[in-house]
Amino acid sequence: MDMNWAVIYQNLPLFMGGVRMTLTISFMALLVSIPIGTVAGLMRVARSRPLRAVAAVYVEFFRGVPLLVLLIWIFFVLGRFMRLGPYWSAITGLGIFSGAFVAEIVRAGIQSVPRGQSEAARASGMTYFQMMRYVVLPQALRKVLPPMASQFIILIKDSSLVSVISIVDLSMVAKNLVATTFRSIEIWTFTALLYFCITYGLSQVIALCERKFRMDH
Amino acid sequence: MDTNSGDVMVSIRGVSKHFGHLEVLRNVSVDVPRSTVFGFIGPSGAGKSTLVRTVNALEDIDSGEIWVDGVSVHAPGTNLNRLRTEIGLVSQSFNLYPHLKVLDNITLAPIKVKGRPKAEAEERARALLASLGLGDKAEVYPTRLSGGQQQRVAIARALAMEPRLMIFDEPTSALDPELIKEVLDAIRGLAQTGITMLLVTHEMHFAREICDRIVFMAGGEILESAPPEEFFAHPRTQRAREFLSAMLDR
Repeated sequence: MDMNWAVIYQNLPLFMGGVRMTLTISFMALLVSIPIGTVAGLMRVARSRPLRAVAAVYVEFFRGVPLLVLLIWIFFVLGRFMRLGPYWSAITGLGIFSGAFVAEIVRAGIQSVPRGQSEAARASGMTYFQMMRYVVLPQALRKVLPPMASQFIILIKDSSLVSVISIVDLSMVAKNLVATTFRSIEIWTFTALLYFCITYGLSQVIALCERKFRMDH
Repeated sequence: MDTNSGDVMVSIRGVSKHFGHLEVLRNVSVDVPRSTVFGFIGPSGAGKSTLVRTVNALEDIDSGEIWVDGVSVHAPGTNLNRLRTEIGLVSQSFNLYPHLKVLDNITLAPIKVKGRPKAEAEERARALLASLGLGDKAEVYPTRLSGGQQQRVAIARALAMEPRLMIFDEPTSALDPELIKEVLDAIRGLAQTGITMLLVTHEMHFAREICDRIVFMAGGEILESAPPEEFFAHPRTQRAREFLSAMLDR
């Protein structure tokens, strides 16, 4: 097969620009999804039925709609009314979408903390909020680091869909280069490698966190 | 009788409770005077643990009333968080916080709930640990400790709040036999300080030794309440005689 890897080398700045956009969008979406997911996860286990219902609707709806459809809808409908533009539409869409999955992970984590822990906390006079803040959540979040890592890796890979709303991320750069150079094998191979480097780096960072926050010292 | 009278620490009045169709507490009444140790004994499922856990409202009640130092525990307006800072609880399963070092386990509530300065809370925690023979364990995590050590840390954690009442809910039931003594010694030492204590236990000899009064429960009811010498020497009910012969002949 006729290969020409020079096309990669010559277009390295373009690739790096794509990587930067992918990283930025993913990171911003992560920053959106963590608080949203944590709050929704807490609401899922709240005693108040309305709170639980709101969180359940959020999770079920955004988990059930394809990200592609959601991104397009946010860009063309919400984005138009709120003047979001492609960049913020992408971050909002990815963040809310991923938040629904984070919520379920957080809920599972909270429910995995033994009842005796919350009981000991309440028995010492802590409010519900203090119990969650100092006793339950710190344990829950440690336990869910592995599934959380998977979720964030999925988030980075899903970010390749933002090209449909004209964001020039890594996959968009690849698509454009293929269209102009016709070197699809070289370009997509290199692109896959770049995605892998990003996600592998992230999983190493989370593995580090896991070691640092271990509870059985 | 005046439920606010100064010499009664815990007053339980006509308390009943159901779990579904099961009646776990039937019209239970008992007064615990200040600075006394009350031992709650009886067969499993008698309602002992449920009863003492209604005292700090970890369990609800269906009817009746409970007073702790003049505060009606289950009344609608009661500030339970405030009340619970006055009641130490040590339960069967220790429930130490695994993500915190021993010292932080002990200082968490004093700092966050009572607003104590960190240095002061830590100083007190270290003194409590030392008094329980755990002076060198402040900086380790609970999983590194034996069951007996964990339970003593749990006692220190409860005492750090300077409670007026201590509840021990089967404190040695989850321990290996050779670790029970160190925990009983800690509880014995505490009983001598004059703090009011409710003790649910299956350690008959220990109950006889440290309790001022034995409350015998079965089927959600209090069948007998007597000083330990009297109860253990002359149980009045057939149920208590059966229970004692089964427990003491082990």
